[in-house]
Formats: sequence, structure tokens, C-alpha cells
Amino acid sequence: MPVAMALTGVAVLLGAGLLGIALQRLPGASRLVYLICFVACLAILGVACAELLAGTLPAPAMRLPVGLPWIGAHYRMDALSAFFLVVVNLGGAGASLFAIGYGQHEKAPGRVLPFYPAFLGGMNLVVLADDAFAFLVAWEFMSLSSWALVMAHHTDPENRRAGYIYIVMASFGTLTLLLAFGLLAGSGGGYAFSEIRSAPAALPGVVLILVLIGTGSKAGLVPLHVWLPLAHPAAPSHVSALMSGVMTKVAVYGFVRVVFDLLGPATWWWSILVIGLAGITCVLGVLSALMQHDLKRLLAYHTVENIGIIFIGLGLALAFSAHGMQAPAALALTAALLHVFNHCLFKSLLFFGAGAVLNATGERDMEHLGGLIHNMPLTAFAFLTGCTAISALPPLNGFVSEWLTFQAILLSPALPSWGLKIIVPAVGAMLALSAALAAACFVKAFGVTFLGRPRTPVAADAHETDRASIAAMFAFALLCLLAGILPGLFIDGLAPVTQALVGARMPAQTALPWLSIVPIAESRSSYNGLLVFAFIAFSTLLTVEIIHRFASRAVRRGPAWDCGFPDPSPATQYTADSFAQPIRRVFGAVVFRASERVDMPPPGDARPAHLSVIVRDLVWEAFYAPIASLVAGSAERLNRLQFLTIRQYLSLVFVALVSLLLVVSIWS
Amino acid sequence: MRDLAVQGAQMLLVLVLAPLLLGFTRKVKARMLRRRGPPVLQPYRDLLRLIRKEAVIADNASWLFRSGPYMIFAATWVAAALVPTFATGLTFSWAADLIAITALLGSARFFLALVGMDVGTSFGGIGSSREMMFASLAEPAMIMIVFTVALVAGSTQLSSIAHYTLTNASLRVSLGLALVALIIVAIAENARIPVDNPATHLELTMVHEAMVLEYSGRHLAMIELAAAVKLLVYVSLIACIFFPWGLAPPNGDLAAYATGAAAYLVKLFVGGFLLVLFETSIAKMRVFRVPDFLGIALMLGLLGTLLLFVSRSF
Amino acid sequence: MNGAWFDIAHMLAGGLVLLSLMLLYQDRMFALLNVFALHAVLLSASVAWQAQIQGAPHLYITALIALALKAVVIPVALRRIVVRLGIHRTIETVVGIGPTMLAGMGLVALSMVVMLKATAQADPLAREDLAFALSVVLLGLLMMVTRRNAVSQVIGFMSLENGLILAATGAKGMPLVVEISIAFSVLIAFIVIGVFLFRIRERFDSVDVSALDAFRGERR
Repeated sequence: MPVAMALTGVAVLLGAGLLGIALQRLPGASRLVYLICFVACLAILGVACAELLAGTLPAPAMRLPVGLPWIGAHYRMDALSAFFLVVVNLGGAGASLFAIGYGQHEKAPGRVLPFYPAFLGGMNLVVLADDAFAFLVAWEFMSLSSWALVMAHHTDPENRRAGYIYIVMASFGTLTLLLAFGLLAGSGGGYAFSEIRSAPAALPGVVLILVLIGTGSKAGLVPLHVWLPLAHPAAPSHVSALMSGVMTKVAVYGFVRVVFDLLGPATWWWSILVIGLAGITCVLGVLSALMQHDLKRLLAYHTVENIGIIFIGLGLALAFSAHGMQAPAALALTAALLHVFNHCLFKSLLFFGAGAVLNATGERDMEHLGGLIHNMPLTAFAFLTGCTAISALPPLNGFVSEWLTFQAILLSPALPSWGLKIIVPAVGAMLALSAALAAACFVKAFGVTFLGRPRTPVAADAHETDRASIAAMFAFALLCLLAGILPGLFIDGLAPVTQALVGARMPAQTALPWLSIVPIAESRSSYNGLLVFAFIAFSTLLTVEIIHRFASRAVRRGPAWDCGFPDPSPATQYTADSFAQPIRRVFGAVVFRASERVDMPPPGDARPAHLSVIVRDLVWEAFYAPIASLVAGSAERLNRLQFLTIRQYLSLVFVALVSLLLVVSIWS
Repeated sequence: MRDLAVQGAQMLLVLVLAPLLLGFTRKVKARMLRRRGPPVLQPYRDLLRLIRKEAVIADNASWLFRSGPYMIFAATWVAAALVPTFATGLTFSWAADLIAITALLGSARFFLALVGMDVGTSFGGIGSSREMMFASLAEPAMIMIVFTVALVAGSTQLSSIAHYTLTNASLRVSLGLALVALIIVAIAENARIPVDNPATHLELTMVHEAMVLEYSGRHLAMIELAAAVKLLVYVSLIACIFFPWGLAPPNGDLAAYATGAAAYLVKLFVGGFLLVLFETSIAKMRVFRVPDFLGIALMLGLLGTLLLFVSRSF
Repeated sequence: MNGAWFDIAHMLAGGLVLLSLMLLYQDRMFALLNVFALHAVLLSASVAWQAQIQGAPHLYITALIALALKAVVIPVALRRIVVRLGIHRTIETVVGIGPTMLAGMGLVALSMVVMLKATAQADPLAREDLAFALSVVLLGLLMMVTRRNAVSQVIGFMSLENGLILAATGAKGMPLVVEISIAFSVLIAFIVIGVFLFRIRERFDSVDVSALDAFRGERR
């Protein structure tokens, strides 16, 4: 029944897409389409939430007579897919609400309206799919519809390049997933998940690597992340929020579904692979984010970092469950899934904020912004909440999931394998490093965009964004706070998922006094977001009250002091690049081969001095440039095939046929 | 009920002692430099004077600029309230463990760096950007220290760690490394020489002072008090993790609390004295030498964790 | 075995690893020499402690040799060489300090894993001594690889040799003759290197070994 309801929701979404095609010229069309999406997402969200909390999952599977005639398409909702349905549709509902206002300003709604609901529907279908065929079709549907959205503003050549790289990477990812499912299904061709589950997989290690590449390329694991910071910012902002906040999570779902559910018992070296890649992803993602001055690209790079955090948790869960330690595995998996939820909240929120700024000023480049807190106070407040949450600061939600990950890392000495014992604390150091760098990154993002003085006239004339957008942002900010101060509720909500996947759950949290969370035992570690929040709020109010009552509350406004040298020009402020300069100097010299060149004219020369910074993307140079040149070179050579005679073409076909027959005759 | 009273006493105690510790270090430092120095109680007078004055705020300062100092102070104060100073068994000590305390101090720093950028002067920016650069190394170092200590003691709760140190006192290389690393982090986090000079107003060298340059009156008082409390937090952390002797047990009697308080005072003054001794014997570093200095702390923390695996308990 | 005894042996050996890392961190010549002297002092303390707990008096002689030669004679001699040759007082590195330190940490981790895996059945004291000794050896090698200056390469070599001594004392039953001969071979190596330094200096006006590569026609 819940599956049917969810599928009905998806059908409504797809219908909304058709409506978008039909009505794209009408003035109220975008509002109507987004409203339908909002309602449909809320409905699916409600169903999934109810099922997850009621504990009646897994619900019976459904078989639709579409697709390959002898297979059909199976859909099913178990605890894992219910949780990811919650994430997808929460993000989807928020983005649709935001878009009810934001979408009004879209110059070419015909390029967005049909694809947006299709994109949402595709993501839902991936999560609901219960056989490899339905999964892959939905996956490809999701990729293509999001590609169309990336290409919405195709007049910009940079967006076209982003779209090109995205489609190449997405096809490559789907190809590896196809191979992975082929191996999983085996020669018998049992493509339904239930059949895969019951049969042992051939070459599980190869399947893991293929799935890691396939889902990692969608999620943005280094070194498969290159398309992400290009494609996510190119789309309209509500779509960026969906791509960063939700689509990467669908990729995480794919990984969890295959590795924890379908693949069978884990082997310990898988976890080293996953944890190592995840640690590198964290640090490289956040350092790249720090080097950006395009607000949306900064956010996109930061998604890469958060994917790293999620995969650290998943890798730890793999490590623990490979050694039969179920309770720590449940802790690590809970940490990862909670971070999935949290990241969906604050990354969507931040992209909404970036969209509101883009809307108000037409600028994505932080170097042209500044001082927006005065004209856009509500957006600024919501964006600040998102920044605090994503920087893993208590009492907001980002901290809770990182704290749980740290607690899982602290259990690693109990692992019997020596390699893991040593690698896991080192990855813990990387996680801590990336958390600290994330704080620096968001001080930069918020400080340069919203604080200080406006750097351009458009920033000075900015206006507050519309009400629907504000509502979406504040709803998500509130959820960030709630998930931060009442994490026990969310952890308990995840219990059926971990129970199903690793055979254990974290201790029940809601029963604890004062709603604190205790991963293992109270003498070991505990955290109470509610109390910390109440404590901070109480002491802030107490201090303000005491000082205002017994001391002074007089305020005088004057020009800025600035050590006695106030400069009227806003150009003297710290810019985004200058803010990142110390960190670029410390880390960038190694990671990006960053170098600075100062061109100082001699005295008497009137030309301006010049400072140029060279930052190189070593991943691109090491992995992609050789592949690209190889492909280009072989394409050049194959080009000759276009100019053959008909006789030569026929002989090609003939040779291919004969060699295939030869292979068949020798093989069996 | 008694725990609650202890908790309240602790919150007041840290507030009262923080300026005293600051005054004491300033006095000792002056004496070491053969100056007479300000009276020990001078920080109290400064604070009182500052909160009575009217606040002068730059024309384009936002609401964040005005509310920031209170949030910074509150976050630091809450962190201080959670570190056992004279007694374990604080009512709220299970609300946050060592990682959460680190993160709370991180929240305070996050807002401090933000308000530094609010007015839009170049000094505020320079301070914020450098502070975040230092933090990006100091925070992982702190987490590695937490790892080392937590793996030894089997807990990230400060009360449990203190209890472990009291009952299992032994020489451990890892703990030694963690102690040195924590001292380095404490020096960097509190903007002391050689990382930053709390007394300087030389534009190009200041970090902490650059961020708070635009503040005056009660806002400045809040930030100064927060800085004093932060120094106290780090001294208390070192005392609680590595030298917990004298801490009153949960539900102790009055004599135990009195001993605990006396021991805490002694620890504070010894800590302050050693800090000053170190400060006067070293010169301030160039800003871009600081990452190397903090890198040592990070390396020590990591090494401490690694060496744990060859010691006898694993 | 007594717990505190073990702890102290552990402290001393761990301190040696730490000092090896500090050697990597130094960027001034004289500071490097001082840290190296400290390294030797700690080594001799560690050896003396092993003599105490193993009840092996001949190890005291090893400790004394280490103290006399490596903590006093060699640093003093090196210092005089540096002064007489007027060698540039800062150390040129091939790789930056940060990456070197990271590599050093990686080597320490590697040697722990390898040693603890290989010697799972051994006596815990010998086991961890070997783990630390391997780290010291690897760090010494790393130092020789990442420094351009011949003097710091010598220091790297000497600290590597310290690691060997640590390993030898940890594995009980190393005959005294072998140790003494090792000590003297190191001294001779040192003398050879000293002479070598003077010769390079005379010929190339620098002790940067890359000058030698250029002379041999190699390109970096």
C-alpha cells in the first residue's frame, strides 16, 4: 500500500512535468507546477515518515508491467528506502517551496519546468526500485533530467562545458553500475533484488570497486568529483540545492543498497579503500572550496567534503561489520545516515540563500558582493544558521553527526586488523582538519557576502527576497536547529535501518533523561544538544539583561575606527581571495601547487602593480588530462573509418561476425 | 541538588577567577621584565569601567556586530562551566564531552571571526583570516589530543578521564606527547606569545586584537572577559586531564570541596606562572612560522595516538 | 616485568622517535646538531636502562660509547667543520617541512604495523623496541633523502645508526664485540665523510651535494 501511494506521488510529479510542457507560456505556470511538486513531495514524505516510524516495514513489493516484458519493474519500500524517501522528498518539498517564489524570475521557464518534476520523480524511483533494471532506468532518468536542468542556461559557454563533462561522467558512472549489477545477477540473470540477495555474488571485490566508482562519480568522491563543482552551480539555484542536497544522497543510497544489502558479508580491505578515499575527499573538497570566490561553486565543492564525511562513516560501518562488531557498525552507519539527512538540510538551505542573493543582485561572485546583511536581514539570518550548522558547531545539527562519527572512530582500536587500527585515527585527523577548514570556509562565505561594506552598486541596492523563498529557508533553518537539539529522535528513527543492514541498532535514545544522546555508555561519552542550547541561550540572555540593567545601554554611532586610518573605499576590505591567502599558503603549496607572482613596476613607471595567483587542479592534470588526450588521439585515428568504401564496411561487418562466432565456438 | 549547587558555584567561580588569572599573569610578566606592572586586580577595574561606558559603534555595523560579543561570551562561559575545576560530578557535565567543549570554543571563535569582518575594515579581515588559519591547525591538533586521551582513558567525558588519571597514574609516552601538544594549542588559542601578542597594537602583527579593533564599551568588556575565561578553560583542561589531584569527588563533603578549590587555585597560579615563564623566554614568531609551530602540536597528537598501539594496554 | 620499568623504557624509546622527527623539523644547522646530540644522549640513556632491566652490564659500555662519541665528539667536530667551512647556516630541503613531516608520520605508522605484525609472539619490550628502532632507521633514511646539505645527510646517517643500536639492545644477546666494532665503524665512516666534506668544499665551494650531480653530468 505505501509503495502504491509513493508511486502515485511519483506519477503526479511526472504529470506535473507534462503540465509544465503544456503551460510553459502561461504566466502562472511555474507557480502552479512548483506547487504541485511541493504537495506531491510532502505527500510522499508523509507516507515514508509514517512507515518509518510505525515500524511496519518492509512493505510488500509491487510489480508494474512496464520495462522488459519478462521482468517488469519491481518497487518496494523497506526501512532504508523509506529513510532516503524522507531525505529526497524533504529536500524536494523545500526546493519546490523555494522555487514557488524563485522560479518567477526564471527567464526561460520552458527549459526548467518540464524537467524539474521529472528529476524529482526520477530520484524517488531510484530509491523505490527493487530490481536492477528499474534501478538503472530510474538512475539514468535522474541523470538525464538533471543534465537538462544543468543545460537550462545554455547560452553561457561555461555551462555548456559543465553539461558536457557532466553527461560524460554520468554515462561512465551508469556503465560501471551496469557492469556491477551484471556481476551481481550472475549468469542466471536474476535481476530482482530479492534474487540477488539470496545468491552469493561472483567477485564481490570487483563489484564493490565498480559500485564505488559508479555511485562515487555521482556523489562526488575524489577523484571522480570533477564534474560536480561545474555542474551544480550551473543549474538554477533550487535545482543546485536538489543536486547537491539530494541527488548526491541518492548516490549514497545506491552505495548503501548494493554494499550493505545486496553484496553479502563484507571483507575488511573494502573498508580501507572506502575510508582512505573518503578521508582524501574530505580534505581536498574543503580546500578546493576555500579557494573559490564564486558562492555557488564554493557550496558545490563543499558538498564534496560532506560526501567524504558520509563515506568515512560508511567505511567505518563496513570495517566493523566485516569483523562482526555489530554495535559499533550500527553507530558508524547511524552517523553516516544522520549526516546524509543533516547535509540535505543545510546544503539546501545554503543554496537557497545563494539563490536569493543571485536573485537580488545578479551576482554569484563574492568579490562583487558584501554588506547584504543590511538589505537582506532575513536571508542573512537563515544563511548564517546554515553556515553554523555546516561548520559542525554546537548546538546545531552538523555537529551531532560529526560527533557520532568521531565516537565511531574512537572505537577503532578494538578492530583486529593492524592496518585499520592505524589508518582510522589518521582519517580522524583528516576529518578534524576538514571540520576546522569548513569553519574557515564559511566564515569566508558569510563574511565576504553578507558582512562588511557593499563592494558594488548592485550589492548596495539589493532587496530582500520573496516570501515563499524566505519560508523555505526558515523552515530548513528551524529543522537544522531541531535536528541539532533533539538528535535522539532522529537517531531512533534510524534504528530500523541499521537493524536491517548491520543487524544491530544504537541504544534507544528517546528514553534517556533530558533527551541526551549516548552512543555506547554514559561514562564513555554523551552529548545533550538541548541542554547546551538552553545553556547558551540562558547565559546570553542573563548577560544581556544584567549588563543592560545595571551598566550601560547607551549606543553612539560613529565612523569606523580602523586603527585611525579609515578608508572610504570598500575596495580596501578583505576579499574572498585575500581571506583564503593564509590557508592557501599553508596547504595550497602542496595540494594545488599554488604560487603567487608579484609584478611590481619599478619607480617612475605608471602601470599598476599586479599580483597573480596560480592554483592548479592536480586531480584534473593527473587523471583526466591523460584520459582526454588518449580519447582525442584514438578518435583522431578512428576518424579514418568514416571514409571507407562500402566493400570495406561490409568486410568489417563480416570479420566482426566471424570472430564473434569463433569466440562462441571456443568458449563453450 | 548538591550537584546543582556545585554547578552553580563552578559557573560563578570561573567568572570570578578568570580576570584574576589574567591580572596575575600580567603582574608576573611585568616583574620578570623588571617592571612594576599593573595591580593584580586591574582587569576587574578595566572591565567595570568598560561596561559602564557608552558603546561607540561604526555606522555600518549590523545586528550581528552588536549581539556577537554576548554569544561569544556565552559559548565560552558554557564551555568553562563544563570543565571540572574543583569538583567532578557537575550536574551538566554529561551534557557535553571533551569534543563538544572543543566545538563550543570553536563556535565562539566562529562568531568572533565573523564580527571581525562586519564593519568591513582591512584590519578586521586580516585578523579573521589569520585566526581561522591558526584554528584550522589548532582544532585538528586538539581533536588528536582528545583521541589520545580518550583512547587511554576509554572515555571522552572529562569526569571519567579525571577519574582514570587519578586511579591509574602512570608514565605514558602518549600522554606526555598529548600534554605538550595541548600546551601548544592552548598558547595558540589564547593568542599568547609566540603566536600572537596580547599586548600589541602593531597593526601587521596582531591577530586577536585586529578582530576586536572596532569594539568599545560593554561589547569590548564582553570580549575581553570571554578571552580571560578562555585562558582559564585551557588551564583548567590541562589541570583536569593531566593533574586532577585534589578534585573533589561527586557528593563529597565540604572539606573535600574546600581542598578542591584550594588545589585548583594552586594549579591556576602554577599554570599562569609557567605560561609567563615560557612567554618571556621566547620571541614572537612571524605569522607564517605559526603553522609550523601548530603543526608540531598536530604531529604530537597523531604520534601520541600511534604510540598508544605499541604500549602495554593494547 | 615491572610496569614502571616498562613505562620508562617505553618513554625513552618513544622519545627517540620524537627526536628523530624533531631532526626532520629543524631548519638551522646548529639547532640540528644540538637535537642530534640530544638524540645520542637519549639513546645512551635508553641503552643504559636496558642494561639495568636486562641485567646485562656490557650494555653499559655501549651506552658510554654512544654518549662519548655521538653526544660529544661527533657534534663538536661537526660544529667545528661547519664553522671552519663557513657552511650556509640554514638547511636547504628538497621537499618542504610539512610534507616531510607527514611522510615521517606515515613511516612511523608503517614501521609499527610491520613490526607488530611480524613479531606478534615476541616479548612486548623487545617488540616495541624493534618497532621504535625501525621508525628511527626509516626517519634517518628519510632525512638523508630529503636534505641537500651534506652535513644534514651525515646527521641523518648517524641517527639511522642510533636506530640500529636501539634495535640491537632491544634484541637481547648482541655480543659486545659487535657493538664496539659497529661504534668504531661509524667513527671511521664519520672521519671519511669529514674528509670527503673538506674535499667537496675545496672543489665546489659548497657542500650542497647537487653540485656533485652536476659534476657527474646528471640532471635533477
